[in-house]
Amino acid sequence: MKSIIKTLVETPGPSGYEAQVRAVVRKMVEPFADEVKVDALGNLLVRKCGSDERKVMLAAHMDEIGIMATHVDENGFVRFTNIGGVRPFNCLGGRVRFLNGALGIIGAERMLDESKVPPLEKMYIDVGASSPKDCPVHVGDVAAFERPFLDLGDRLVAKAMDDRIGVAALIETLRCLKTPLHEVVFVFSVQEEVGLRGATTAAFGISPYVGLAVDVTRTGDTPKEAKMDVALGKGPAIKVRDRGMLSDPRVVDWMVRAAKKAGLPYQMEVLERGTTDAKAIQITQAGVPAGCLSIPCRYIHAPSEMVDFGDVQQAVKLLLELLHSPISLK
Amino acid sequence: MRNKQRDKIMTQEKSSAPRIAAAQIRLLERLSNACAVSGDEGALRQVVLEQVRSAADDVIVDALGNVLVTCRGQGKDRPRVMVAAHMDEVGFLLTHKENEGIFHFDTVGRIDARQLVGKPVLVGSEQIPGVIGVKPVHLTEIEERSKVISIKSLRIDIGLGKDSKVKVGDRATFATRFFRLGRNLCGKAFDDRIGVATLIELVTHAPTNIDLLAAFTVQEEIGLRGARVAAYTFDPDLAFVLDCTPAFDLPSWDGEENTRYNTRLGAGPAIYIADGGTISDPRLIQLLVRTAEEEGIPYQFRQPGGGGTDAGAIQRQRAGIPSVSISVPGRYLHTPVSLVRLEDWKQTLNLVYAALRRITSKTLT
Amino acid sequence: MTDFTPFLKELISAPGLSGHESPVCDLIANQWKPLVEKLSLSPLGSLHGFRRGEAPDPRSSVLISAHMDAIGLMVKGLEEEFLRLTSVGGVDARVLPGQLVTVHGRQDIPGVVVMPPDWLLPTEIHNGNVPIEYLWIDTGLTAQRLARLVRVGDLVSFAQPPLELSGEVIAGHSLDNRVSIVALTHCLQELTQRVHQWDVWVVATVQEEETLGGAATSAFQLRPDVAVVVDVTYGRGPGADDHRTFPLGGGLTLGWGPNVHPTLFKAFKTLAEELEIPYSVEVFAHHSGTDAIALQVTAEGIPTVLLSIPLRYMHTPVEMVMMKDIQRTGRLLAEFIARLGPDFMNKVNMD
Repeated sequence: MKSIIKTLVETPGPSGYEAQVRAVVRKMVEPFADEVKVDALGNLLVRKCGSDERKVMLAAHMDEIGIMATHVDENGFVRFTNIGGVRPFNCLGGRVRFLNGALGIIGAERMLDESKVPPLEKMYIDVGASSPKDCPVHVGDVAAFERPFLDLGDRLVAKAMDDRIGVAALIETLRCLKTPLHEVVFVFSVQEEVGLRGATTAAFGISPYVGLAVDVTRTGDTPKEAKMDVALGKGPAIKVRDRGMLSDPRVVDWMVRAAKKAGLPYQMEVLERGTTDAKAIQITQAGVPAGCLSIPCRYIHAPSEMVDFGDVQQAVKLLLELLHSPISLK
Repeated sequence: MRNKQRDKIMTQEKSSAPRIAAAQIRLLERLSNACAVSGDEGALRQVVLEQVRSAADDVIVDALGNVLVTCRGQGKDRPRVMVAAHMDEVGFLLTHKENEGIFHFDTVGRIDARQLVGKPVLVGSEQIPGVIGVKPVHLTEIEERSKVISIKSLRIDIGLGKDSKVKVGDRATFATRFFRLGRNLCGKAFDDRIGVATLIELVTHAPTNIDLLAAFTVQEEIGLRGARVAAYTFDPDLAFVLDCTPAFDLPSWDGEENTRYNTRLGAGPAIYIADGGTISDPRLIQLLVRTAEEEGIPYQFRQPGGGGTDAGAIQRQRAGIPSVSISVPGRYLHTPVSLVRLEDWKQTLNLVYAALRRITSKTLT
Repeated sequence: MTDFTPFLKELISAPGLSGHESPVCDLIANQWKPLVEKLSLSPLGSLHGFRRGEAPDPRSSVLISAHMDAIGLMVKGLEEEFLRLTSVGGVDARVLPGQLVTVHGRQDIPGVVVMPPDWLLPTEIHNGNVPIEYLWIDTGLTAQRLARLVRVGDLVSFAQPPLELSGEVIAGHSLDNRVSIVALTHCLQELTQRVHQWDVWVVATVQEEETLGGAATSAFQLRPDVAVVVDVTYGRGPGADDHRTFPLGGGLTLGWGPNVHPTLFKAFKTLAEELEIPYSVEVFAHHSGTDAIALQVTAEGIPTVLLSIPLRYMHTPVEMVMMKDIQRTGRLLAEFIARLGPDFMNKVNMD
């Protein structure tokens, strides 16, 4: 599974430009799926038939945060804007890879006050060019942050763990899934980082009976971090709420019961910022009972996001437990 | 021997030592729910008088409203021991009628303005309900939300009725009703209703080795005014003050050790060594500590520091009166809900009663 | 006329925080059962009541809705014998110290929100308002027992009992928006005595205080021709007396602005004048901050109108409302529905 993760995180796919990731995922899932298709926005929909036609939708987003070129100046420096939640303090000195393969580093204009992080407008990307003519990057070109995958044993580090680790968990779940009771649609969604756009249309198209997102969540287990009772290595987190969604209490109970029954470790998650594809699923059409299984992740949206491999494996086990038994929402 | 005294001895022989049981808790409930803001202690005085009258040799209500109760003991050279607890509580005084049902108010005694917003209150002797509201958060600006809302800008709102009995000059208190919370008791004004309840129990089971001079004092929260004149009247040999002192035994936000807890819940009665107004008489501290250790009663020392009790006024009265304070530790005093541990209250009564029984004419030598 | 004060007190005494409305929903269902033809729940838990109209098929339908969820708190963590908190809905942390609450753990546990003394807090907030992240709940339980009974994500309701103040005024928590549920109930009761041509959907929505997700999904499912939202608005009183506030006892407000359909607004305005029901016009330049936002843009779009009941001290546990204003709103609603004729939709247009 680690090699799957490595492949996934090292493939660039900022929001709206997920094609490379989609190709990689498609190849991985095709042998195990009953049907694979791509919808109008680019979501990859992978169907696995079950005896009960009521559909379970599982969503993990393929896209990652990144940048987009806004201008190439007369000396070949590239000005840029953000795609999704890019924070300036994570940018300086960083490296980016454009989808055409061009590499560059992020620099900044002279800072009068070095204690303050300059805004993105004061930064640029140096791709080694000296004029617009020899610059391989043009306005509108898209890049992802560049950082190699790091295997620290129990802990795995990479850019785009958010949410390739969810993608990996879904792929692994699909691989291990025997015959699910319900029909399961694995959605590898697009454009989550810019407002859950892929999951919104995917959910409408699928109209599931119940929906779960599999995404990362923050932790409170690093020095002087804001208080949060989620830590790496204590199992996947069952989301009760985040800034955008209140998980359906029946779904939360269903997940807790399954984890207890299977003897799997889990944590309860109350997240005070951010949201996931589950929000989009919940309010589609007449409404869908929805929840989220989260993989605890440190340093979210930095180019080095860290997860615990055990948490990922336990998440897969919990997903399998959920899919192999009848769904009861009480 | 007068009949009354004989009756008292008979009952005392029959009944056991003072204790905290269902009846005493019910009494605390009554005391806590009553409204008696400093200077307006009538409602409490009524309960106290009703409770002590049959057990006392002498009861007077003095010029300030203190209830002064004497329970004479037996034998010669009985020390005259004053035990004080204050009847008053912090609260509000209506100062101006702004509109129909809307009143400006001042606080009486120290109340943190941050505790007032969004709380129900009871106004006047008839306990008319009202609320302290606040501008809806939706209508506030960011800088407004960062500022503490001043008492000056708050109002007591008693509704839209035209013929209300509420008027300027009325007192008001938090509306919290007494309730049990696990091993704890919750309610408003445990500072110092718990002392009052303890003192009533001591009066009804007065030790006979001393003359017990029980002072249920007024206006403690605004400058120990009642205790000062009570001590003059009683002119005792020594004095104990029963109060309720803060337990700040909460975790620190960053997990650092909390070194300023004042007292801790569950650690027993808090003996004062020194506070902002009194350096306790070392002989009386010794008496309490020895009593606790010999009787197996848990105790703690209140962390020396600021704050104060009626002892500050009593100690300095006349030619000086050796004094010490003992408090039941209480969380969240001077807020809508104070919280004490039942066991701490029981042990406080045990300690004070046992110590009083040990007092002789030689205690201070 | 039924006195709805006991029902209102019952409603605000029942838990029903956003996303977890079922306890209060059960009470509403009980009250509505004899007043409607059928009752059902949406997939998210909104309560749908239905009254068939008298007109022949196909009939138009009107949806009247009020959100039943309330703001409150949620357990974010356990530390020793104390609980850390976050909010559900727009809670003003300044009202929290000293509030009585109920923690809905494995059993209901009473507790108090407490503010630590300054020296146990970061220096920068000394003497200031203490943010919710530094407040605790004290339940009086031991750390061990607390850990057995409470887990992260458990809900916490305000526990301040309702107060009856002078002038038929009720004070308490969660009056936003249980008063509007009472107004809908009042309307339903009037409708049982009236003939109405249109089908009526009466909806108690979920999650308004957080996501508006209940209104959006119920409207999508029911697809009414017009929608009337009932909610609360700012009552004039201490600290709040500018043009955005409305006097208690002065009747309801009719929302006006891009969130409201002009024909519906006019219909309600004319009707209120005819019936001599006092009202004020409440203007929203952008949106109304209510379920009306979600309803208006559901599916093909739904002509929507907003009625609001003035309420003092919104989002505190001492919200205050006058019973008279609730009744007036219910009555106006019933009269509006009873007068909807088969040709009403022809008159609903933007010009």
